[in-house]
Amino acid sequence: MIQEAAMIRAKINGTPIEVPEGTSILDAARKAGVRIPTLCKHPDLLPTAACGLCIVKVAGQERMPRACATMLQPDMEIITHDGELTRIRRTILELILSTHPNACLTCGRNGNCELQTLLGEFGVRDDRLEKYLRDVPPDHSNGSIIIDFAKCITCGRCVRTCQEIQNVWALSMLNRSINTRMAPAGDILLADSPCIKCGQCAAHCPTGAIVEHDETATVWEALRDPEKYCSVQIAPSVRVALGEEFGYPPGTNLTRQIYATLRRLGFHAVFDTNFSADLTIMEEACEFVQRFVHGKGPLPLITSCCPAWTDYMEKNHQDFIENFSTAKSPQQMLGVVAKTYYSEKMGLDPAKHFQVSIMPCTAKKYELERTDEMFASGHQDVDVTLTTRELARMIKQSGLVFREMPEEDADSPLGEYSGSGTLFGATGGVMEAALRTAHYLVTGRNLAPDAVNILPVRGLEGVREAEIDIEGTAVRVAVSHGMANVGKVLDKVRAARERGEDPPYHFIEVMACPGGCIGGGGQPYGISDEVRRRRMAGLYADDQGCARRFSHENPAIQRIYKEFLGEPLGEKAERLLHTRYHPRKSYLR
Amino acid sequence: MRTQTEIGSLLDWVEEMRVRVREIVREWDDQEGNLIMMLHAVQNEFGYISRGVAGVLAKETGINMARIYEVITFYHYFRLTPPGSHSVQVCMGTACYLKGAQKLYDELAQQLQLMEAAGGRQGDVQLETVRCIGCCGMAPAVVVDSETHGRLCPGDILQFLKRKQEARHGS
Repeated sequence: MIQEAAMIRAKINGTPIEVPEGTSILDAARKAGVRIPTLCKHPDLLPTAACGLCIVKVAGQERMPRACATMLQPDMEIITHDGELTRIRRTILELILSTHPNACLTCGRNGNCELQTLLGEFGVRDDRLEKYLRDVPPDHSNGSIIIDFAKCITCGRCVRTCQEIQNVWALSMLNRSINTRMAPAGDILLADSPCIKCGQCAAHCPTGAIVEHDETATVWEALRDPEKYCSVQIAPSVRVALGEEFGYPPGTNLTRQIYATLRRLGFHAVFDTNFSADLTIMEEACEFVQRFVHGKGPLPLITSCCPAWTDYMEKNHQDFIENFSTAKSPQQMLGVVAKTYYSEKMGLDPAKHFQVSIMPCTAKKYELERTDEMFASGHQDVDVTLTTRELARMIKQSGLVFREMPEEDADSPLGEYSGSGTLFGATGGVMEAALRTAHYLVTGRNLAPDAVNILPVRGLEGVREAEIDIEGTAVRVAVSHGMANVGKVLDKVRAARERGEDPPYHFIEVMACPGGCIGGGGQPYGISDEVRRRRMAGLYADDQGCARRFSHENPAIQRIYKEFLGEPLGEKAERLLHTRYHPRKSYLR
Repeated sequence: MRTQTEIGSLLDWVEEMRVRVREIVREWDDQEGNLIMMLHAVQNEFGYISRGVAGVLAKETGINMARIYEVITFYHYFRLTPPGSHSVQVCMGTACYLKGAQKLYDELAQQLQLMEAAGGRQGDVQLETVRCIGCCGMAPAVVVDSETHGRLCPGDILQFLKRKQEARHGS
C-alpha cells in the first residue's frame, strides 16, 4: 500500500492552506490560487533555483528563500507578493534583460515567450542596465532545431531535459558566472553532437533560444505553384493539441475541423497519418507474429516509429539493431503510398506530387532523408514536415478563423482510420494497437469487447510492464517513454541474454518524448503531465468512438493490400514499407 | 600530406595516449566522483586536455562528454589548448584591476596577435588572467614564466619575452 504523505498546515498571504508534506512553496501557493513567477522551474524538472524570480518572504526569517526549492514547513507564514518583492523581481528581470537581445519582433517565440510575458507584466519599459550580450552566432547545423545562443538566459531547463529526462547529453552548460553559457556537448555543432532531434529542449525553453526549424515558407511556396499537387497528412497527436493554439483546452479532438482548414489552406488532398498507422500495425503485428510464433527473427521486437528513438538506438544501443521492427513509421508509409498508390489511382505525376506532413515532432524533419529507403517511391516520399506549432502559424497567417471552420472528412482512401491508428499518438498506443491485431492474427478472433482496451499499457509511468494472454500464451511486453527510461528496459534484456535465458519481454514499445507523441517536441508550448493526460484522454476517446477499433478491419487498409501491396511482409510491402537500421557515431567530432 | 612514417608515429602516439588514459582511469576506480582527479592526472600527463583525450576519457569511464566539458570549462585550472612555450599571467585581483590590469591585458593580447600575424608561432606565448596572486603591492602584477613582475607596461613584457626567447635559441 502506498503510504499517504502527512498533511501540513501553513499560511500563504494570510490564507490557511493544507498540503502534503514535501510540497514546495511554489506548488503550495499555486494550490492557494497564487502564481509565483519563475523562469527556470518547469513542472517536469526538479528545482535548481537558477533564476531567483520566485523568492518569497517567510515570517521570522531574514533571508528570502526561493519558493521552487524550499519545501513548505508546518506553520510557515509566507508572503508571495508585495511591493518589495515586486521591485526585487523587476530588478532580476532587468538583469536578465541586460544579457538578452531586444529582438522580440523577429523571434520565433514572439507572443509566447515566458521572458517577454513577464517583462510585459512587470512593466519593464527601458534598458536600465548596460547590455552584456553574447556574441555567439546561432547554430543552424541541425535541420530540426535551431539554437540562438544570444537568447539563452541560462535557466538550464534544456540542459537538464536533455541530460536527465532524455539521457542524450547533447547539451551542456559551459564556463561559470557571467560567462556561463549553454552549448552542445563540449562546444561543437549540434549536428556533430549526440542530439537525437527530439526537440524536448525547445519544448522546455522559456525563450526563443531553441526553436524548431520553421519551414512554413517552403510549404506556402509549394501551395502557390500551379504545377504541384499538394497533399497533406496529420499525425494522431496533432488533432488533440492544435486547438490549444486557438484557445481550446488540451485534449480537444478537432480532427474534422483540421481537415477542413487544411483544404482551405490550399491542399488538394487531405490524408490522415492514422490510416498509415493502421498500415504500420499490419506490417509490425505480422513481424511480431513471425518472430513470436514462428521464431523468424530475434525477440524482443522493438518498435521503431519514433525517429528520435531510432537515432538514439543507432548511436547508443547498437546491439539491438536486429530487434528493431523494420516497418517504416506511419509518416513514411503514408508518403510512399501517396506517391505510388494514390498517384497511380488519381493519374498524378508523382514528380509533381508534393507531400507535407503535420507532426508533433521535430525529429520527423530528420526522418525525411534518414536513409535511401525514404525515397522508395522514386522521389522523396514526404517533402516537408511541419510541426503542430508551424501549422498553427500557417493557419494564423492565412486569416482563416480556425474556431469557425466547419467539419469535413479526409480524402479517401488514405484518410480512413481505425481506433488503433489514433492510439499511436500516446505512449503505449502502438503496443495496444499491435497487440489487438496480433491477437487476431494468432487466434483468428478479435479480443473480446471488454478486453479491447489494454489498460496495463496505458498511463504515464516511465516504464510499464504487462503480460497479455493470447490463447493461453503469455506475451510479455514493456512500454517506455522519456528517452532516459529505455536503458533500464534494455539492460534487463541484456542481462537475460548474458545468462542465456529467455528475454524478459517479447515486445517493447519505445517513444523518446515523455507521454509519447502527444508530448512531442513540436507541440504547442506549456507541456506538463496534466496537459499530457488531457491530450491522451482525447485520443482514447477518439479510439473509443471509432466504429472500427482494429487496424485489420479498416476497409481502406484491406483494399490497399488487395489492389496494390499484396500481402503484409510480401515483396512489394517489403520494398515500399520497410527500412533498415545502421550503427551511427554519437560524436562526429 | 603526411608521410607513411608520420602517420605511423601519430597512430603510435594515439595508442600510447589511450593506454595512459586507461591507466589513469583504473587508478581512480572509474568513478564519476573522481572525475576531477582523473582530469588533473590527464592534464599533468599531456599538458592540457585535448578533445581527443577527453573523448578517450569519456569512453573509458562512461562519463558523457557534456559532463567532462562542463567540469573542465568551469574550473580555471584546466586547459583546453596546448600550453605555449612561454606563459604570461595577468593578475585580475582587485588591486591589480584598479591599477589597470584589464587595459594591460587587452594591449598585450593585441600586441601578441600582431606578432602572430607577422609570422610568430601560434600559441608560442600563452596569455591568460589569474585571480589574486598576493602581490597587490606590485599592482598590476604579471607572472611571466613563473617569475613575478610588477608595474610593467606591455612593451616591457614583450621585450622581456624576446630576451628569453633569444636566450633559449642561443643555448
